[in-house]
Amino acid sequence: MQKDDAGGGDVNAAAITPQSMTSEERRKQVRDEWSACLTRLAETRDKTEFARLFGYFAPRVKAYLLRLGMVDATAEEVMQEAMLLVWRKAHLFNRSKASASTWIFTLARNQSIDRMRRDKVQFYELPEEEPDPDHRDMGEHSVIEDRMQEAIATLPEGQAQVLHLSYYEGKSHSEIAEQLGIPLGSVKSRLRLAFSKLKAHWGEDA
Amino acid sequence: MNISHHFDDATLMAYSAGSLPQGMALLVACHLHWCEHCRERVDATNAVGGVLLDDIEPVSLGEGALNDLLARLDEPEQELAKPVSRPSASAGQLPAPLAELVGCDIDELPWKRIGYGVRQVDLDLDGPGATRLLRISPGVSVPHHTHTGNELTLILSGSYNDEVGRFCRGDVADLDGEMEHQPLVDTDEDCICLIATDAPLKFTGLFGRLVQPFIGL
Ligand SMILES: [Zn+2]
Repeated sequence: MQKDDAGGGDVNAAAITPQSMTSEERRKQVRDEWSACLTRLAETRDKTEFARLFGYFAPRVKAYLLRLGMVDATAEEVMQEAMLLVWRKAHLFNRSKASASTWIFTLARNQSIDRMRRDKVQFYELPEEEPDPDHRDMGEHSVIEDRMQEAIATLPEGQAQVLHLSYYEGKSHSEIAEQLGIPLGSVKSRLRLAFSKLKAHWGEDA
Repeated sequence: MNISHHFDDATLMAYSAGSLPQGMALLVACHLHWCEHCRERVDATNAVGGVLLDDIEPVSLGEGALNDLLARLDEPEQELAKPVSRPSASAGQLPAPLAELVGCDIDELPWKRIGYGVRQVDLDLDGPGATRLLRISPGVSVPHHTHTGNELTLILSGSYNDEVGRFCRGDVADLDGEMEHQPLVDTDEDCICLIATDAPLKFTGLFGRLVQPFIGL
């Protein structure tokens, strides 16, 4: 799960990363670079920026959709739709609120739900025209997400397992309980424990 | 709105992961519409997804995937059919995601009487699970019971009291396991709530027990 080359080898940011950096610093740099790239895309509408984002995110989005249980052709198609939304909605990306990875994750998730449900998707999104109503100062969320990434790598196996089944495979708590042969309450308490460890990195000041 | 009962972390994680049945996701969306505190928490549960997306092993794409998409970038964006604006709904008491779904205000809903002091509307959403609106008259109380499984309740208007506390408009009951409850509608106003479960035969929590005899259990 933990990779040294967090950039996937196709990133300009990775190319300029000095050997002396820790993997956490490298990850942070890679993630910052993608958030900056998405911000530039919104400003410039430059297709070469989009192509770079596509090179990093499209293979990951498709991998995620496959793990959700889509067949290859569907995953490819839904990935295309999600990446098209990245292009079209880039102006709504707010770097201080989420990293590019989180923002693109939510787009891909909503596309997958849209595809699988008969009715209109019911995901909460702030109205597009309205400015973000938050007046909280959460600092740079993307910086905090880097620490979250380190924390995920150190979760006990049982907690990492339920996290992966939930997020990667879209399994409900009941389905996870059935698959692992453990009570529903244990699934939820493992998720809670995992999140409280990750949350410790979220709430604190950068 | 003064909200004092919120979701469990595990519920918001399932919401972010996209693994909630539609009715429960709708209910979460409704609460989020009203609750800034939980919106902030969802930023964090979404971020777990972002981190996991970074961590995933990338797969190879179909041939020409990038060029196919680049060719579509200049396509005119299809105007999504905007939902017809429904002033009566938006001006009413329902949170926006629910108002959009039902397209009318609380009193215009097709309430069906299902027992003494209890009316319901089945929203008939994609399963698994069931999603209903319940309207409970003042003074109606639910027998002492425990409940199992996942069941969410969002109070849309009115209030009730139980061992956990007082639940008012905007509050959610997201209680699992072995807790004992005996909710009682405690004002002279109907209590209207949205209830969603993740399994059709598990209407056992809070007001869910009220409808059980009427849905073939
Ligand atoms: Zn809340």
